Amino acid sequence: MSEQVTNAPTVEDYLNPLARPELQPDSMKELHSFEASPEHQDKLGFPGELVDNWHDVAIDKMGDLLTKYRGFRVYMDSCVKCGACTDKCHYFMGTGDPKNMPVARQDLLRSVYRRYFTTGGKYFPKLVGARDLTEDVLDEWYNYFHQCSQCRRCSVYCPYGIDTAEVSMAAREIMDTIGKGQKYCNEIIGKVFDVGNNLGFPTPALEATLESFEEDLEDETGLEIKMPLDKKGADILLVTPSADFVAEPHIDGLMGYAKVFHAAGANWTLSSTASEAANFGMFIGSYENMRKVSMRIREAALELGVKRIIFGECGHAWRVAYAFLNTLAGPFDFLDPRYPVPQHICEYTWDLIEKGELKFDKSRNDKYRLTYHDSCNVARATRMGDTSGGQFEIPRNILKATCNHFYDMAEDTIKEATVCCGGGGGLLTDDLMDLRVKGSSPRMTALQNVQKEHGVTHMAAICAICKSQFAKVMPKFGFEMDNILSVHQMVSNAILLEGAKDPDDDDDDDDDWVPPTPPPRPPRGSAA
Amino acid sequence: MLTTIYAILFYVATLTFVGGLALRIKQYWSIPAPLKIATTPAPTTTRGVWFRMFKEVALFESLFKSNKWIWVFGMLFHAGLALVVLRHFRYFTDTTSLIWVWVNWIQPFGLYAGFAMLAGLGGLLVRRIVVPRIRYISSPSDYLMLIMLMAIGASGMMMKYVAHTDIVAVKQFFRGLMFFDWQPLPADGPLLVHLSLVALLMIIFPFSKLLHAPGVFFSPSRNMVDNPREQRHIAPWAAELEK
Repeated sequence: MSEQVTNAPTVEDYLNPLARPELQPDSMKELHSFEASPEHQDKLGFPGELVDNWHDVAIDKMGDLLTKYRGFRVYMDSCVKCGACTDKCHYFMGTGDPKNMPVARQDLLRSVYRRYFTTGGKYFPKLVGARDLTEDVLDEWYNYFHQCSQCRRCSVYCPYGIDTAEVSMAAREIMDTIGKGQKYCNEIIGKVFDVGNNLGFPTPALEATLESFEEDLEDETGLEIKMPLDKKGADILLVTPSADFVAEPHIDGLMGYAKVFHAAGANWTLSSTASEAANFGMFIGSYENMRKVSMRIREAALELGVKRIIFGECGHAWRVAYAFLNTLAGPFDFLDPRYPVPQHICEYTWDLIEKGELKFDKSRNDKYRLTYHDSCNVARATRMGDTSGGQFEIPRNILKATCNHFYDMAEDTIKEATVCCGGGGGLLTDDLMDLRVKGSSPRMTALQNVQKEHGVTHMAAICAICKSQFAKVMPKFGFEMDNILSVHQMVSNAILLEGAKDPDDDDDDDDDWVPPTPPPRPPRGSAA
Repeated sequence: MLTTIYAILFYVATLTFVGGLALRIKQYWSIPAPLKIATTPAPTTTRGVWFRMFKEVALFESLFKSNKWIWVFGMLFHAGLALVVLRHFRYFTDTTSLIWVWVNWIQPFGLYAGFAMLAGLGGLLVRRIVVPRIRYISSPSDYLMLIMLMAIGASGMMMKYVAHTDIVAVKQFFRGLMFFDWQPLPADGPLLVHLSLVALLMIIFPFSKLLHAPGVFFSPSRNMVDNPREQRHIAPWAAELEK
């Protein structure tokens, strides 16, 4: 312990993860993610390209949304420009572009709202900051509403709860309606309709992948741990992001779910038609598309005759599942009423842990000194368990039950104040890489601080987008791409399954095996 | 003549203020919120939502989390304004009657509140000018709104501390308006400025960002109960899609 004192970092070693940048007006103005092709647009019921009378159609659509979404109307009217949100967006902190301040982003749309829908804006546009909808304004909409990850951090700090996510969803819906959609989101939604998942991963490939995972699990444990697909009469339908089938560290999380189900003796299945938990319909603010994507899950549950639905680790997906699924695809009166619909895999696992039904050898995770990234939409748009704030406690409880070294990052960057990974809300595309790296910097700085203070080596998350985003951007901040982990990967490592072979059996020296010592503390300031 | 102009002005202002606000509230009320979008952690019961809303409206809880300077100035202004408005009840009510006796009690507090209000507004105006982030998001109307409120406060306080107005006559004027029995209004400069700006404020209230006052109560991220799994929530237009 004395070493910790002598090596204790001083204040200068830490950078403030939430530092306010110098204003750099219009520095991100040109960042234009690829637009959707006519083919992508068509599948979602949107015009293929910019319609001739786009100006009138856009204003009509805005008027339509103002009568359908109370939040949108109230948020357009209520902002007093107090400035409370101005320093709260990770994209503003990372870029310094004032149009990435939440209020300024909203004002791109609000200025047009005022011009066409308010008395002040109709007669005194200059006075109240109202402006006509022009091609330049439309370009600004496209570029800056695709620099918002809909993470809701600003809405926590707004005295009226104005949620920029709602505003950016409305803006994207207006743009889709006039034929100016974004390729990344719309192409993916099309794949869900065609194939069943975001990655366009066909059923035979999915079958083969799951079989190979079963073989891996058997090699590792000596047990037949199943990953059933389309199994009729199963009790539990697991809906998980398709990244869990193909990407790291997502796959290790999927292995973890399978082991938990195995340990609980659960009769579960995946579905080939609902082989995707994410619902990008939310990103584009399209109720109809979000509903259509959600209905696949209802249909799969009916088709397979399951009693419960459980969602895998996925952030925005958990928002649509927890907060919207009952609305979009309910009522779920055909499922077992003893369980919430849907449940989160973390709720399921933690419940088993609390009942004492899972056993762990925490020392197997001793090579990890761990922190936890609260995924934005889980933190600020959902809940887990029965009590408010369970979405913060349950994943942490699971991590503390499965590993010995856990340290939280700074309080103003976690839980409801968590800073987004920088890749959510339809921005996880290479054409926005510059923004993604800049937007992740507050989180990365907070991580560097716990690395210095506690020797933290790894960060766990429960969101497919967070995991993919961090794997990509962490190397730019002095970390390895595998420093990001799945929460259920920790479960998978530590869980003790009955009849399983000891994972250390292959080692020659397993009798005198000792937990690896934590990696040496990095020299002061090395990662800054 | 002066009395007639101000009498009509205040009838118009009152009608615009009450009618405009009522229409706006009816509009907010009638637009559905199709999805559960409470900012979490959120209360899981209706009672909890009332408590959350109370903390938001009375204590500016979210603003406190956000920025202590804006919170201090905002609180000084709003709390000051609330007390000042309550103090003004004495110009409209019979303070000898038992129902209105509290109006007498708060008179001294109302006086200090005037200074608090001006200090808060001044702080907000200075921030709007000197903080580059806030200057960037400010329109002319944002400055003018603060300046107008400061002018209302300053002209009101002038009548107390600099050039006294015949306050008994002012009360008779307003009581006269209320009972349609017009009484003459004193022709004092500060009073006329004060009353003109207050009438203007009432007229623009339902058409401006001052709508944040009713708006906060209708904000779905603050007023929704966190129970989407327990209770199905569906808007009428969304239910149509299911047919």
